[in-house]
Amino acid sequence: MDWAVYLVGAAMILTGALGVILLRNPVHCALMLVFTMFGIFLEFINQGADFLAAVQIIVYAGAVVILFLFVIMFLGVDRKEAIGAERLRFQRPLAILLGLVALVEILALSRVDHWVSGAPAQSGALKGAGSNVAKLGQSLYTGYLLPFEMTAALLVIAVVAAVVMSRRHQPSAGEMSPAAQKELRESHQSALSASDPSLAGRLEAPSE
Amino acid sequence: MNVPSAWYLILAAVLFGIGATGLLVRRNVLVMFMCIELMLNAVNLTFVTFARMLNDVGGQVDVFFVLVVAAAEVVVGLSIIVAMFRRRAAATADDIHGLKG
Amino acid sequence: MIQPLHLLGFLGQASPASSSGCTIAPGGFRVDGFCTDPGSLHIPVAYRSIIPVLVLTIGALVMLALSAVLPKRARPGLWPALTALVGAFSLAGAVWQWYDLGTAGAAQPTIGGQIFYDRFSVLFLILISIAVIFGALSADSYLRREGLDGIEAYILMLMSAIGAMLMAQSGSLIMLFLGLEIMSIALYVMAAYHRRRTQSGEAGLKYFILGSFSSALFLYGVALIYGATGSVEFGLIGNFLTGNVIANNGVLLGGMALVIVGLGFKVAAVPFHYWTPDVYQGSPTPFTGYMAAVAKAAGFAGLFRVLTQALGTQQANWRPIIWLMAVLTLGIGSVMAIAQKDLKRMMAYSSISQAGYVLVGLQAASATGTSGALFYLFTYIFVIVGTFAVIGLLQGRGEARSDLGVIRGLGRRQPLLAGVMLVFLLAQAGVPFTSGFLAKFYVIQAAVQRGQYWLAVIAMLAAAIAAFFYLRIALLMYSSDPAEPGPLPVDVPPADAGVLTLGLEPIASLDLETTLVIDPPSRGPVPVPLAVGAVLAVSAAFTIAAGVSSFAIDFAKQATTLF
Repeated sequence: MDWAVYLVGAAMILTGALGVILLRNPVHCALMLVFTMFGIFLEFINQGADFLAAVQIIVYAGAVVILFLFVIMFLGVDRKEAIGAERLRFQRPLAILLGLVALVEILALSRVDHWVSGAPAQSGALKGAGSNVAKLGQSLYTGYLLPFEMTAALLVIAVVAAVVMSRRHQPSAGEMSPAAQKELRESHQSALSASDPSLAGRLEAPSE
Repeated sequence: MNVPSAWYLILAAVLFGIGATGLLVRRNVLVMFMCIELMLNAVNLTFVTFARMLNDVGGQVDVFFVLVVAAAEVVVGLSIIVAMFRRRAAATADDIHGLKG
Repeated sequence: MIQPLHLLGFLGQASPASSSGCTIAPGGFRVDGFCTDPGSLHIPVAYRSIIPVLVLTIGALVMLALSAVLPKRARPGLWPALTALVGAFSLAGAVWQWYDLGTAGAAQPTIGGQIFYDRFSVLFLILISIAVIFGALSADSYLRREGLDGIEAYILMLMSAIGAMLMAQSGSLIMLFLGLEIMSIALYVMAAYHRRRTQSGEAGLKYFILGSFSSALFLYGVALIYGATGSVEFGLIGNFLTGNVIANNGVLLGGMALVIVGLGFKVAAVPFHYWTPDVYQGSPTPFTGYMAAVAKAAGFAGLFRVLTQALGTQQANWRPIIWLMAVLTLGIGSVMAIAQKDLKRMMAYSSISQAGYVLVGLQAASATGTSGALFYLFTYIFVIVGTFAVIGLLQGRGEARSDLGVIRGLGRRQPLLAGVMLVFLLAQAGVPFTSGFLAKFYVIQAAVQRGQYWLAVIAMLAAAIAAFFYLRIALLMYSSDPAEPGPLPVDVPPADAGVLTLGLEPIASLDLETTLVIDPPSRGPVPVPLAVGAVLAVSAAFTIAAGVSSFAIDFAKQATTLF
């Protein structure tokens, strides 16, 4: 049973990951990413990390990928990428070399059976009495209290960043010198009339 | 029969490698960003596996912080991408308006 | 049974000395040597150890709340003044911590072992507080000139400072990672802050993608170290590695290498420096100075902590890596800087080569090397923030120019400003009677003490090469002929723009809101706002004072608590 879940999860993870890096359409890539997330979910369940598995699905499949899809649709880039164009010359051999190195490394590692050499249960035992959630919670509010509190800073940054980046800037009259305003207006007019003469009059009376 | 833990770790390593390779090969920023998410997921799987092998709750708690950071990173990254590439959309909208006269 | 959170040890020092005699009850946890019972949420919090972080956090939140109640167009200059005030309080807190700690030696982990309260971290807290004050003061006039003023930039600055402080104090790899991300994510936004400049957006995007990549590498390294040692806390990792010899240490070494790569990216060490020139060039100029000062200092603080406190037993393995990085960074930084035509790009390569000297101090893995590196980092922030403040003044509206021609004839037009710039340039070149000379001297001395004569020779050669381009800028300032400026390079994308695409080119629309106003600097003297003038005066004075007296190196020596 263990093996079956592992193999299904691994197949989903690898299919999804290869899909993300090989498919041309960003929407398909995002859907493949969901596939990988579900594979990770299975592997978490298989290892007894029930709570993290749930969080994994809620945060990644429920929020992150949706955000990706939203941005893809918003920008209207749901079309094929012109692959091959604008590629740095040495990048593909470099990437292939890197991939080969990683493969050899993994094969070498798979022959080693000494992944874990650390002292066990240094911040508290995972097995034993009590639920997974209770143990995580207690550790989070004791040993990891400070990092937990400081994630608040991360969320403040995310809010401020979203406001800064998505707000449209409206220069008020006070921000620009009269000369700059005049110059700006003229440059717009010349640019507009160059592109389409019928538009030239539209910026004559700016709203200030 | 239980799956040896090394299998999970190798799976995570392969996933991490795929993500890193994808980041270097692809040129679409959104897809590059997805590749970073793949790498972070590989790290999560590694943490959970080590936590089980060490019988240590710390590894699972670490995954929390990776999740929070990943979520914040997505918000900030996508807002930078939107701010950068929205100009094109604005220009397109103007063109449509201009054609109507 | 869940007990309420006890705020024991309020402004009192936690005493983890009893950690050795503590055995964890089944289902309980070990926290600072205290053993919690199963279900207990009892943790002593030593608030005195996080005063600057608390001050900055509360300050940022109060400012956000104020911005909601104050009228939309509040007094210009209110937010930078408040930010500088918050920075000053944080500085005062850090100075108090310095005296509170006294000379009593070794680092003590507090608050669940997540941070250290020692003089090493307090030096960085002082440094980062000063960088916040200087950053806020020098950004104000720039942001107003570009029509970008508002509270957001200052909130991001305070937040990135919080991240940097947590990195400097970090007692575990997870705290280090979280600090790194808090700092970096805020800096990504600051790089992209000039919304109407295409270059700024590209800088932010490039910084973001490559920064996230390096964070992922760092994090995988953390996971591997965790597997190999069973903990993410520096103290426990160090103890484990002292007490146990790992027969197959491939996982540990892999983790160490990935952690070095991740932090090497943040400090812009070669070969992880590719982002630096583009990001430094594209970011708003005062933010570039702030970024160069804070990110570098915090990144090095993290490297020192990981490599000496957690992996001190692995010196034989990491010293050659850092040695190689130092040589490459020194060489490539100095040589590439000569070829640059853009001032900001040139300063980016210059800052890369400066990181090389700190790496020389780091790889010595000795008290001398560490205090040299600390002295280097502490004096460098005054130089780099000052340099970018001067460049920001000269560029003209919309960052119209930043080529070398912009500085030509400055000595004739504005002798005082040129004199200040000259001090900064000489300090970076390492001329005697400036802080830069002593800084280079101390790190090279540390290399010589470890018998690394070749490294010392390479460092001196790199200094000689670098002196060439600093002096070239200096000569340009005092050249007599302010030649007719050529056609202005208007919003030219960086050399390899278009590497990151969405399949469509970002183009400036004809829409009034998004158009960048480009106004080249006038031929006459540029006005120097009072705040920027104060920053420049203090920086120049400190740079000379630290070069002729020994107070700064004494400060750095007392902060060397890692050995």
